[in-house]
Amino acid sequence: MTTNSPDAPAGGRTSVEAALKPASGAQRAARETVFELRNVSVFYGRQKAVNDVSMDIYRNTITALIGPSGCGKSTLLRSLNRMNDLIPGARVEGKVLYQGADVYSPQVNPVQVRKKIGMVFQRPNPFPKSIYDNVAFGPRTVGMKGDMDEIVERALRGAALWDDVKDRLKDNAYGMSGGQQQRLCIARAIATEPDVILMDEPCSALDPVSTGRIEDLMLQLKERFTIVVVTHNMQQAARVSDMTAFLMVQVGADEHSRWGELVEYDETNKIFTNPSDERTDNYISGRIG
Amino acid sequence: MPTRVNQAGGEVARPSLKATSPRYGEKLIKAFLFLCAGLSVLVTTAIVISLLVPTVDFFSEVSLTEFLFGTEWQPGRGTQTSYGVLPIVVGTLNITVIALIVAIPVGLLSAFYLSEYANPRLRRIVKPVLEVLAGIPTVAIGLFALYFMKPFFADLLPWVDLDGLFSQGVAGVAVGVMIVPLVASVAEDAMRAVPPGLREGAFALGATKLRVTRKVVFPAAISGIVAACVLAASRAIGETMVVLIAAGASPKLVGPWEFGESVLTMTAYIGRTATGDIATGTITYKTIFAVGTLLFFMTLIMNLISIRLVRRFREVYE
Repeated sequence: MTTNSPDAPAGGRTSVEAALKPASGAQRAARETVFELRNVSVFYGRQKAVNDVSMDIYRNTITALIGPSGCGKSTLLRSLNRMNDLIPGARVEGKVLYQGADVYSPQVNPVQVRKKIGMVFQRPNPFPKSIYDNVAFGPRTVGMKGDMDEIVERALRGAALWDDVKDRLKDNAYGMSGGQQQRLCIARAIATEPDVILMDEPCSALDPVSTGRIEDLMLQLKERFTIVVVTHNMQQAARVSDMTAFLMVQVGADEHSRWGELVEYDETNKIFTNPSDERTDNYISGRIG
Repeated sequence: MPTRVNQAGGEVARPSLKATSPRYGEKLIKAFLFLCAGLSVLVTTAIVISLLVPTVDFFSEVSLTEFLFGTEWQPGRGTQTSYGVLPIVVGTLNITVIALIVAIPVGLLSAFYLSEYANPRLRRIVKPVLEVLAGIPTVAIGLFALYFMKPFFADLLPWVDLDGLFSQGVAGVAVGVMIVPLVASVAEDAMRAVPPGLREGAFALGATKLRVTRKVVFPAAISGIVAACVLAASRAIGETMVVLIAAGASPKLVGPWEFGESVLTMTAYIGRTATGDIATGTITYKTIFAVGTLLFFMTLIMNLISIRLVRRFREVYE
C-alpha cells in the first residue's frame, strides 16, 4: 500500500506529462491509496479503448471520471472490478493494484474481486424479484453470517430507502420508481459490505429530484466506502466528487482508430477552477465536447 | 389563417392541410389481412367440427363410460370387440413421460450451456445445427430407433428384457432425442432474451456463473422455459411415425418403467387404422375420430395448465 505525499496528488503520474504539473494547492491529510493504476490500457479485440492511464484512487473519497462520450471512462471504471472480463475479447494491459494486490493476477478470482468492489449501473437493473430478495441476493451469494432481515434493513437504511419500502419488502422491485430502483441497486451493492463502490453514470436515467437524492446518498456513503463515479454531467462531478479525472478521445493517425486518454487528474476544485491543461479548461467551460 | 412576416417584410401565407383522395388501397390491404387472420381461425374451427361430428356418432354406439374407463382395447371387426381407450392413453403417456425424461434435462442443460457458457463463435455454429436436427424426418428417427437404438440398448442394459422387436422404452427415448433440439432452441431463445443488465448486476455482486444462471437467468426466463417444455410434451404426445415404427402395436396397461414392453399409442392406432381401405361410416372409422377428439382435448388441457403455470411463476422485468 502506498501513501501519496499530500502536495502531489497523482497528477505527476499521468502519461500526458506536458499537461501536468503537481497540484501545489492541495492541502489534504495523507491519504490512503485504494487503487493504483499503472499504465493501464484496455482493448476490445484489436481496438484500443483506453490508452495508458496511471492514477491513484484514495480511500473514503469520491473520484469522478468525466469526459465526452467514447472517451473510455466507463471502460476504465469496469476494468477496476474486472467487469470487462464478461465481454469476449476484452483485455487489460498494465497494472491495476487494489490495496497493493494485482487485480488481474492469474491467482485472483474475478468473483473475489467483485465481492470487494461493488458496482451500480447506468440503468437501474434490479432483479425481477421482491425488494427483499434483491437486497439479500448479494449477502446470500457471499455467504454472509447473521440475521438476513437485519442485513437487509441495514442496507436499505444505508441507501435511504428503508422508510419508503419497509411495508412492502415482498413486492416486486419493478413496481418502484426509477429513482427508487436505483437506490435499491445501491442498497444491493452495499449489502455485502464491499470496500469500493463503482458507479457508472448512476443518474443518467433519473429525473433531477432523484438525482439529487442519489448525490446526497453518495456524500453519506463516502464515510464508509470509496466511491468511483463515471458521469457525463460536469455539474454532478463538481457537486459530489473530491477528485476528478478528465479523459478525452484521441484519434489515431489513420483517422479510424480512436481511444480514450487521461488528460488531467487532480482535486475537483482545481480541475474546475484552475485546470492545468488547456483541453480540460475548454471542456469544463463548454468550448469542446 | 396564421401569417408570418418573412425576412423581406412581406406576409407569407402558410398553407393548411390539403384534401387528399380517400385511401382505398389502405382499406383493401386491411380487409385482405383480416381475411388471412380469419381464415386460420376458421380452419381450426372446421377441424374441430370435423372431428366432433363422427365422434358424436361413435358415442351413439359405444357408451362414454366404456370408452373412457374400459381397460380392453379391441376395436373394429370380430365378435370380441371392446372400446376401452385406457390402454392406448397409457401407451401415449408412457412414451411422453420417457421422452420428456430424456428431452427436458438434456435440452435445458444444452440451453444453459449455449446461452451462458459457450463463446459466441461456438454458439453461432451450434444453434443452426440444432435447428437443422429438429428438421430430420421422423420416419428416419423411427428406423434409427428400431435398427440402431434397440440393439444398442439391448447390449447396454442386459438386465432389461428387450427380446421383442418393439419397446416403448426405445421408442420413448428416440422421441426424446428427437425433441431435444426443440427444447434447447426455445429455452435458449428465452434465456438470451433476459436483459444483459440483470446478469451484470449479479456478476457485480460476486456471483459465479452458475449462480447467475440458476438464480437470475433461469427464473427470469421461466415462462419461455415452461413454454419449451410444453411444446416438447405436445410434440411427444402427437408424435406418430416413431412410435408406429418402434413401439409396437399391443394395447397394454403397463407402467412407463417397463422399458421393454411394446405399447400402442393413440396416434399409432390412428396411423395404422386410417389407411385407404377403411370404409366411411363403419364403427372403425368413427373410432378413429373419437380417439382423435380425445387427443385434442388432452393437449388442450395441457396447454391451459401450462398457461396457468407460466402466469404464476413468471418474473416480469420491465
